Amino acid sequence: MTMSEGDLAVTEIKFVRGATIAARPPPAAMTGALGWLRANLLSSPFNIALTILIALLLAWLIPELVKFLLIDAVWTGADRDACREVVQHREIGACWPFVWERWSYFVYGSYPIPQRWRVDVFFAMLAIGVVWLLWLEAPRRDLGSVYFFIVLPITSFILLTGWSAIGLPPVDTALWGGILVTIVVASVGIVCSLPIGILLALGRRSRMPAVRLFSVVFIEFVRGVPLVTVLFMASVMLPLFVPEEYSPDKLVRALVGIALFASAYMAEVVRAGLQAIPKGQFEGAMAVGLGYWQMIRLIILPQALKITIPNIVNTYIGLFKDTTLVFIVGIFDFLRTVEVARIDPKWAAPVTSTTGYAVAAIFYWIFCYAMSRYARAMEARLAQGDKR
Amino acid sequence: MSAAGNSALRLKPSQLNTPVAVELVGVNKWYGDFHVLRDINLKVMGGERIVICGPSGSGKSTMIRCINRLEEHQQGKIFVDDVELTNDLKKIDEVRREVGMVFQHFNLFPHLTVLENCALAPIWVRKTPKQDAEDIAMHYLTRVKIPEQAGKYPGQLSGGQQQRVAIARALCMNPKIMLFDEPTSALDPEMVKEVLDTMVGLAEDGMTMLVVSHEMGFARQVANRIVFMDDGQIIEANVPEEFFNHPQHERTKLFLSQILR
Ligand SMILES: Nc1ncnc2c1ncn2[C@@H]1O[C@H](COP(=O)(O)OP(=O)(O)O)[C@@H](O)[C@H]1O
Ligand SMILES: [Mg+2]
Repeated sequence: MTMSEGDLAVTEIKFVRGATIAARPPPAAMTGALGWLRANLLSSPFNIALTILIALLLAWLIPELVKFLLIDAVWTGADRDACREVVQHREIGACWPFVWERWSYFVYGSYPIPQRWRVDVFFAMLAIGVVWLLWLEAPRRDLGSVYFFIVLPITSFILLTGWSAIGLPPVDTALWGGILVTIVVASVGIVCSLPIGILLALGRRSRMPAVRLFSVVFIEFVRGVPLVTVLFMASVMLPLFVPEEYSPDKLVRALVGIALFASAYMAEVVRAGLQAIPKGQFEGAMAVGLGYWQMIRLIILPQALKITIPNIVNTYIGLFKDTTLVFIVGIFDFLRTVEVARIDPKWAAPVTSTTGYAVAAIFYWIFCYAMSRYARAMEARLAQGDKR
Repeated sequence: MSAAGNSALRLKPSQLNTPVAVELVGVNKWYGDFHVLRDINLKVMGGERIVICGPSGSGKSTMIRCINRLEEHQQGKIFVDDVELTNDLKKIDEVRREVGMVFQHFNLFPHLTVLENCALAPIWVRKTPKQDAEDIAMHYLTRVKIPEQAGKYPGQLSGGQQQRVAIARALCMNPKIMLFDEPTSALDPEMVKEVLDTMVGLAEDGMTMLVVSHEMGFARQVANRIVFMDDGQIIEANVPEEFFNHPQHERTKLFLSQILR
């Protein structure tokens, strides 16, 4: 060879790649539907067995459901005869005319018919408030919280209970019922439990013994008894202590019971969040001169609530379903109106109850699933934020 | 290593009301049965720079944390610019407004941007209008040489940068006294200098400083006095020259032999 060392070096450098090779796509079996299946459903013998079991279960359930709710369902009719096998001489599924007829009862309970527009306005206002508050890109979210936490409660109260001075005849809460009551009870529970829960959680960590003792006793007592007991105490025992004429409305008593109950659970959820905040955050805040409440509001809660959101929503989902227990103290929530309607002789048929419960299940599922999805989305968003 | 930077940006040290910045008189503290501070007496004059060293667990952090009441002392008296620290919350707030603190682990607020970290206390504690507070924050961020990071979150910065933000955050309250608790010991070696340079700059501007640190080069350069603690006691306190060349106590000699190896 006649090449000098220098030439050799230059030649060698020619072999150095200027650009990185693009990564090859993964093998086909790892991508697409097949890859997903393999990774998630068929990764181990146990997993395969589970997958098969669940597939069989679904294969049996879904056709049954579709058959009952849609294919065999009765869509029109005036009374029980439309939904009875002995009359119709065919297999009968869900009895939808029963639901159509009683739907307004499910929504409003016994709220006077000429006044029901007030409930509709309340639903619309609430929907606006919820969207404004939960949609993070919404304009003027500061105004949104003023609307949701101040304007909405006051106007809803006036709208629903009535105020003769502005031409809204009073409506006794004993007439309220159905989805209206379920939504009112759940909203009050959801809106009150977070702030009260935060105060209780802070109280439990307080350095003042009296505050700490009160918080601990309250939380542990309420968590130690079933909601039914709390509701009974709120509605039966309260009148024993407060004279009859001052004793608050039955619905209000149940609302207080639910709110306190939810607060105790929320307190423990928030406390877990507070405990996850490093001591250094408290010290950093104190060292720059922030007062206790400034420290809590500006430094501690924003971080603690952020990591607690999934658990807060879980508590809300539990609370939403727990609202059905108010029927114990004679309040006609949504499930109770279904209960009452299904034994109405006019619609007495073998499928009536099943249809009513199916409607109830769908209703609760939609709300709880929506909350759950929202929590998931928030979680994903926060996880993204942590990567920054 | 004078890195005080642009002299136009140097702060005017706030005026103390009295010549004595911090005074500890017969301070004792216990954690349960454990006697963590034993009869501490220390007088720090305005503009003085004190470096505190000593073995781990000797009570250095506890002592300086008593000065802004992150810890409570149980016996003796502590005066900060003539305000005595007691259970009086007003007095505690007053002291914390005038005393800045920098921690080993920065303790920046991770959910706020660098600028918000710095402007927070001026806005909420000093009631400075937001725009002015942000101007102040930018001023001190420039001083610690990271104005370009103002919009980032603490988690996006290096340790050295975070510690400089922490210093800027404390300075934004225009404190009369600065406390540092091992400000460089959580940093990678290559970042120690940038933080020490910032502190030297502060010292040159006449800030009253109490610094817990084992950076002996820094101590030699800026300290008026070095305080050596062991077992909850102040064993000796002396000017750097004497402290390094003629330590009085066996324990000091032993400690110096270990640390200067
Ligand atoms: N909150 C506490 N409870 C009990 N003991 C503590 C607490 N904080 C610190 N100590 C103990 O007090 C001693 C002094 O701590 P510290 O002041 O942090 O020492 P240094 O900063 O000199 O390393 C150590 O032995 C430590 O274990
Ligand atoms: Mg320490």
